[in-house]
Amino acid sequence: MKKIAFLLVLVFVAVGCSNDDSDPQVLGCMDPNSLNFDSTANTDDGSCTYEKSVTIAFTQNWDGTPVTQADFNSSVYQNAAGNYLSISKLRYLISRISLHKADGTSVDFSEYQLVDLTDPTTLTLSPALNVATGDYTGISFIYGFNEQDNSSGAYLDLNAANWNWPSMLGGGYHFMQMEGSFDDTAGAPHPYAYHNGTARVSDGVFEQNFISFDFDKNFTISEDTTVEIKMNISEWYKNPLNWDLNERSVDLMMNYLAQKDMNRNGKSVFSIGEITQ
Amino acid sequence: MKERSKQAYKLLIGLFLISLLAACSSSDPDPDDPNEEYVPTPKPLTVPPIFERLLPHPHEPTENPQTVEGIALGRKLFFDPILSGDGTQACATCHKPSNSFTDDTRLSIGIDGFEGTRNSMPIYNIAWNTNNEFFWDGRATSIENQALEPVTNPIEMHNTWENAVASLQSNVAYPDLFNKAFGTSNITKELTAKALAQFERTLISANSPFDRYLEGENSLTAQEINGFEIFMDEARGDCFHCHGNEFNPLWTDNIFHNNGLDAIITDKGLGNITGDPSQDGWFKSPSLRNLAYTAPYMHDGRFATLEEVINHYSEGLIYSQTIDPLMKAVSRGGVHLTEPDKADLKAFLLSLSDPSFINNPDFQDPN
Repeated sequence: MKKIAFLLVLVFVAVGCSNDDSDPQVLGCMDPNSLNFDSTANTDDGSCTYEKSVTIAFTQNWDGTPVTQADFNSSVYQNAAGNYLSISKLRYLISRISLHKADGTSVDFSEYQLVDLTDPTTLTLSPALNVATGDYTGISFIYGFNEQDNSSGAYLDLNAANWNWPSMLGGGYHFMQMEGSFDDTAGAPHPYAYHNGTARVSDGVFEQNFISFDFDKNFTISEDTTVEIKMNISEWYKNPLNWDLNERSVDLMMNYLAQKDMNRNGKSVFSIGEITQ
Repeated sequence: MKERSKQAYKLLIGLFLISLLAACSSSDPDPDDPNEEYVPTPKPLTVPPIFERLLPHPHEPTENPQTVEGIALGRKLFFDPILSGDGTQACATCHKPSNSFTDDTRLSIGIDGFEGTRNSMPIYNIAWNTNNEFFWDGRATSIENQALEPVTNPIEMHNTWENAVASLQSNVAYPDLFNKAFGTSNITKELTAKALAQFERTLISANSPFDRYLEGENSLTAQEINGFEIFMDEARGDCFHCHGNEFNPLWTDNIFHNNGLDAIITDKGLGNITGDPSQDGWFKSPSLRNLAYTAPYMHDGRFATLEEVINHYSEGLIYSQTIDPLMKAVSRGGVHLTEPDKADLKAFLLSLSDPSFINNPDFQDPN
């Protein structure tokens, strides 16, 4: 009997041990189709993440009114300085788009985009890199190219697009070409070419002129996602400086002060619009 | 048992026969056999090093791959007056190799003696015209489409494709050449255009003194270098916004502009094609290569010399509603270059001309 009791105790101990060893609760993602499938998990804790595609949509507006190619040469806008202007060309370069995650890491897209309102295919960018589902806290990008990227002749598609910025002005590439017509003080139409790129200080001395944007924005990616980057064109003409086209309309590329004023005004031009899934 | 081995024997013979047939058919070179996948000899474009370094790959459409036989056929067709209504004009009549594949008249004359309305465009580096808009007004969406048009244009070759194809079909040489190029001797206008396009894509010019300067192979004169500075200077020439730079050896943006030629637009150009009146008077920027051979200039050939062209941008600009904003100095007629600057600019422009292109033996009349 004693022996039996001892055996029973042993059995209990053994069973207890085996319960603890072979079937503990292991938390993790149990979906083999996820990015973080944990084959040892026996309890799904809702942590599964998946790859989703991100599309960047570039939109333009004038203080909230959408601007598309259909407005070119026809819609008339009034800038902060009171100039009446129309637009016939708008092309600009955006690079180094990153999505920032709550855990401090980021997804860095390697593509750059030359947005040209006359070419609808350039109004969206579909980066090759997919992103993981989860919580994100911000979006950053560069208007133009930063110093490292702004290398003369380095981008074959931009060369063919004639997007280069003259070597005598520091080389690399244009950041923006905005062109059109405005009514001068006499009411006569006059062309403007608001072109932005590296600023030439003096012969052979140049100053970087790109703008880094870093927006705090909390969003969750659970499906394929589109992120809208908005350009408010009117901001190029205000905040902090009211830009009067009667004073500065053409031959602005080699004008150092004009280039730096574009940079100052440019800081309020871009914002993050809708994030849709 | 006996029956079985008989069956096996029959099977073996059958297999042997089938394998014989297969062997025969796969070694049969006759492209007429509709069961056969005849493949002409591939010959992808040879990209010059300077283009390889600076430009995206040329456009070689998968539906019309470059082949030895296709290019040779296209070359023969290009120089053969057989495509015209009365057998007197070839493509090369208005697109002469010695003129960098344009001609030297203001407006070209068709077979009936009628004058066209536009200056014949030179042909080179068109495989890099990747937005695929051809003609001065961009109305053709591929080289193949472009090649179809002059044949039937009543003031050009004034033929019908039905007639042109019949002439080719009854010719002693062409059915066999089409067979070699496309695996069928059943000639169509589409195949004719494909062959012409293949030849035209091979017309690559990348060996001017300025190209060799950029490749570190020769030097330029001080005048040519100064001319390039004027070209690149926004306050002086400001030519680069439409006409390339040292990193865009195409020397064109391949897009459309109204460059201030007339107060009243009579030829609407792109506006006629898109129906958008704000594009009236817009024409494609021509490349500045080979200007030494392509006079006269502009879409209507109105300028006989490069001096006249430079003078136009310097002091001859005329306002019209659709003028390009890049014609920024229109209110005072232009940028007002000094006479020495004009001479230097001209010297630079001529350094973009490529004698080896117009003399290339592969581009001459093979007939």
